[in-house]
Amino acid sequence: MTSKPVITASHLDLTFETNDGPVQALRDVNLEIEKGDFVSFIGPSGCGKTTFLRTIAALETPTGGEITVNGMTPEEARKARAYGYVFQAAGLYPWRTIAGNIRLPLEIMGFTKAEQKKRVDKVLELVDLGTFGKKFPWQLSGGMQQRASIARALAFDADILLMDEPFGALDEIVRDHLNEELLKLWARTGKTIGFVTHSIPEAVYLSTKIVVMSPRPGRITDVIESPLPKERPLDIRDSPEFLEIAHRVREGLRAGHAYD
Amino acid sequence: MRWFLPVLTVVAAIIVFWYLACVPMNVKFAMMTAERQGVAVSPEGMQARRDMSAVLLAIRNPVVWPDTWAQDKPRLPAPHQVVAELWRTTAEVAPTSKRSLVFHAWVTLSATLLGFGIGAGAGIILAIGIVHSRAMDMSVMPWAIASQTIPILAIAPMIIVVLNSFGVQGLLPKAIISAYLSFFPVVVGMVKGLRSPGAMDLDQMRTWSATRTQTFWKLRLPASAPYLFASLKIGVASSLVGTIVAELPAGGGQGLGFRLLSGSYYGQTVQIWAALFATAVLAAGLVAIISTVERVTLKRMGLA
Repeated sequence: MTSKPVITASHLDLTFETNDGPVQALRDVNLEIEKGDFVSFIGPSGCGKTTFLRTIAALETPTGGEITVNGMTPEEARKARAYGYVFQAAGLYPWRTIAGNIRLPLEIMGFTKAEQKKRVDKVLELVDLGTFGKKFPWQLSGGMQQRASIARALAFDADILLMDEPFGALDEIVRDHLNEELLKLWARTGKTIGFVTHSIPEAVYLSTKIVVMSPRPGRITDVIESPLPKERPLDIRDSPEFLEIAHRVREGLRAGHAYD
Repeated sequence: MRWFLPVLTVVAAIIVFWYLACVPMNVKFAMMTAERQGVAVSPEGMQARRDMSAVLLAIRNPVVWPDTWAQDKPRLPAPHQVVAELWRTTAEVAPTSKRSLVFHAWVTLSATLLGFGIGAGAGIILAIGIVHSRAMDMSVMPWAIASQTIPILAIAPMIIVVLNSFGVQGLLPKAIISAYLSFFPVVVGMVKGLRSPGAMDLDQMRTWSATRTQTFWKLRLPASAPYLFASLKIGVASSLVGTIVAELPAGGGQGLGFRLLSGSYYGQTVQIWAALFATAVLAAGLVAIISTVERVTLKRMGLA
């Protein structure tokens, strides 16, 4: 099965000019992400995983190499509403209701009032917040806020969902639950997901493809295609296959550090 | 009502202090009057008392204390004298009379409101410009700061005179000086507020390809609300100060500033204090109105 990749990066370099001299955030990154993939980026801080995600979203501009999203430049892809971006913090506006927050990108993109309402209702249902539309963000728990933020990223029907440590600030119980929910959501919508995380179990549990990165300079040290089935109950994390992949990720991370 | 007793205690303490302060402040004149009426005071003779401390004189002559609270032109009028003057000039004369504090307060208030409107409006517009244009940030802010380092007392008469030579009189010159004082806190607060959204909030807007106008209306402006109200409260108080200062050289015989000035010309300290209190009440009222609007607005916005 060789579908056209959704995201391709070839020989991607990104160097930040700082006061202490240039810092190479990404060096020679090559990666292809297929449609419907769930790709996790894992690595220690400073390995460029967030920078890479931001480059896909045209929030950073590469200094070398090439990157395409849906065959376009990231800038064009953004204008074509190719992706929704979920940040580490929910970033909901306190002065808007949950529904109002989800409506925000739709207002900006100029959807009609009726269309806005239809889409808001649909995505609220999708993240199980159907009855919470009229609530304000402070009335919701951290996990629910993050779900609302995912709903907001889904509202304009982008094919790609980019998530930058979306559950990083949540406790483990909530995190487990949201991981499960996210997998269901992914199965139902067939989106392509790029997911940055610090957590090995999270990466292995969620992904079809795990990209292990290492710092100074940020680069890819291993790409692991997960043999786990698409259907993943939480207890799959005790299976030998799961542990084996987790082990390989750990090895990859350790190998990256050996360069220090 | 748990706060009632502490508040009452503080007010009572202030009033007691005030009455006590009246004694040494007015004691020399009280002793002079008493001496003329043949009451024995110590030491006798104005010459002997001239260089003595007022506190010492007050302690040595409790007999003159009542008079220190009842003089016509005291150095420091007692609270009840000020209250009586306030009552006489508000309740007992028609509000349209030139002897009415209500009339003067209204003159001052109208100039203050106009000035505050101009100042706050200009402040907000300047802040929007400063946030969106680097050139304006670099060029306007230093001038705004410089404008506030000039003593308003020095520049107010010049503005009055210059505008007068162009035939502008009455309300507008006062409002302009009032605006001159009130725009600054609004600029500073509003710039801070418009810049309060973090990098993440702005990145999020970028991922939706939002224009600068959309980012302004949907993110920056609502986010600035708490900052705006804080600076409006400072601004409105400054506005009132500006109007009062402008009324000193403006003449025209109207306004609380004029009452202060005429009181000091004729040594009418009671009138000065009554005007001061009227000013304070006016300022408190204006700030209270903005506070109420703030509370309601921020509550509705989920920010309070």
